[in-house]
Amino acid sequence: MATNAASLATSSTPLATNARSFRRQHRIGRAVIYGSLFFMAAFYLMPLWVMITTSVKHLDEIYAGSFIGLPQQISFDAWRTAWSEACNGTACKGLKPYFINSLLLTIPAVIMSTGIGAINGYVITKWRFPGSNVIFGLLLFGCFLPFQAVILPMAQTLGILGLAGSLPGLVLVHTVYGIAFTTLFFRNYFVSIPDELVRAAKIDGAGFIRIFVSIMLPAALPIIVVSCIWQFTQIWNDYLFGASFTAGENAPITVALNNIVNVSMGRKEYNVDMAAAMIAALPTLFVYVVAGRYFVRGLTAGAVKG
Amino acid sequence: MSRPTPLSNRIEHWLPRLVLAPSLLVVLVAVYLFICWTGWISLSSSMIVPKYDFVGLNQYVRLWSTPRWHTAVFNLFVFSTLFLALTTGLGLLMAILLDQKIRVEGTLRAIFLYPMALSFIVTGTAWKWILNPALGVQKVINELGWTSFVFDWIAQPTFAIYCVVIAAVWQSTGFAMAIFLAGLRGIDNSVIKAAQIEGASLPRIYRTIVVPMLRPAFLSVIVLLSYIAIKSFDLILALTNTGPGSATEMPSTFMYSATFRRDQMGVGAASAMMMLMTVAAIIVPYLYSELKESRDGH
Repeated sequence: MATNAASLATSSTPLATNARSFRRQHRIGRAVIYGSLFFMAAFYLMPLWVMITTSVKHLDEIYAGSFIGLPQQISFDAWRTAWSEACNGTACKGLKPYFINSLLLTIPAVIMSTGIGAINGYVITKWRFPGSNVIFGLLLFGCFLPFQAVILPMAQTLGILGLAGSLPGLVLVHTVYGIAFTTLFFRNYFVSIPDELVRAAKIDGAGFIRIFVSIMLPAALPIIVVSCIWQFTQIWNDYLFGASFTAGENAPITVALNNIVNVSMGRKEYNVDMAAAMIAALPTLFVYVVAGRYFVRGLTAGAVKG
Repeated sequence: MSRPTPLSNRIEHWLPRLVLAPSLLVVLVAVYLFICWTGWISLSSSMIVPKYDFVGLNQYVRLWSTPRWHTAVFNLFVFSTLFLALTTGLGLLMAILLDQKIRVEGTLRAIFLYPMALSFIVTGTAWKWILNPALGVQKVINELGWTSFVFDWIAQPTFAIYCVVIAAVWQSTGFAMAIFLAGLRGIDNSVIKAAQIEGASLPRIYRTIVVPMLRPAFLSVIVLLSYIAIKSFDLILALTNTGPGSATEMPSTFMYSATFRRDQMGVGAASAMMMLMTVAAIIVPYLYSELKESRDGH
């Protein structure tokens, strides 16, 4: 754009000096743009940098006051402590058991909520019936529910079902409150698949399930990835449900991390805190690095209508 | 024409509804029935366990006469205002800068967005360390020679809430940027070119033409960020744990501690209903307009 403006100026003004001043202005403008972008990038990377470097420093070095600098000596002791020894108030087993808890609860909840969302989206877009739009509207509000408004009844209900404080209970909760978002993803995606495709398949004798399995699902691969990534990030990072519906041994990693960081006995081990935070962050960061494009699509789906 | 309706046809007719029914039932129960249930608890005298009597609006009266709740509402107001203004402003600035045919755009975008992949507990832990006056940023600047520099907001009751703002803005700006960038990419370039030919400067083109065209993106960003602000809970627990004292109490943390720590279930339920009404007042009109527009569009 700006380049065009500069060349335009050259062609319409025969005075070379004018063109040169334009070009200089342009160059200054570019420098300002790049400068501010890199400055902001540095600010955004700073916490990650501080977390990583602190986690591999010796505690003495940290207390001697090296906050932002490179570690004099790299040591992974803090990572080992955070993984298998750190205390969270009740036990000193590190993050490992809670990391496993989070995996055990996230994977089934992601699969179930994505599967249910796919079928819902299919029905709402391709088998419309009177009232299906109202149902979609009702589901949609679930995306923006402040969970505080349902925590008490959910705790009661889990108690009645005999699932209080257990991992299956937490899987159920995440699946139930994940349906709204996954349905939205698939609904917005399936809307763009032409109805003619479905109609032609119906004429050929394909039924409800056949069309879903052999036409919709193969076409839905990108949105399946979006939905899985979104749900994975949401459920892995959840704290409120984990803290409300599990206790002790069954806590997810976010709850364990918060407990480890808040244990205050003796000299605070900041390197262990940072290593623990990194361990809790790694799975979602990994997914983000590998599939960032899909992550962004999930993020903006709440804003961009289908 | 006589139409035989074999069983399989009738199943085909009802199958879509049958498939959708469980989800609908689950949502009706887990969202709408549970909301009513919470509403009911908020009208009862429940303390440690739910009690299903009726005491009218007593719990709401108690809630609004609790100083801690006033702190929470005031904090939410301060936090939301600053968080919305800074996140929207910075996000827009980033998006506009990134839209200038930047060579490393992909990398920069990834850097601005990665905090969104992190748990608020991780963000809170990291920023608690950075803002730690004894060992964090303050110490770095002191050692650079500016010995009188003080940055101990996190330990100051009046300023601690701004620490929550800093961390929350850091986490969410990328989100605003992503939506604005998508909006900018949707704008027809010929409009900008035409204005350039007329001799308008780039900042002026953005101010008078491009930004007004981003209105739908603004709406989405503001609504979704308000929702994030109202429900923010884990960040506060991890960063300040509602302290110093109760200086960074928010409605979400108030609800949690009233219900699970202070045995005031009725007051907790009443605060949850207040939160719900605030969110509904923002979200319902937004969803309504989004749905209406998309129906008109088809």
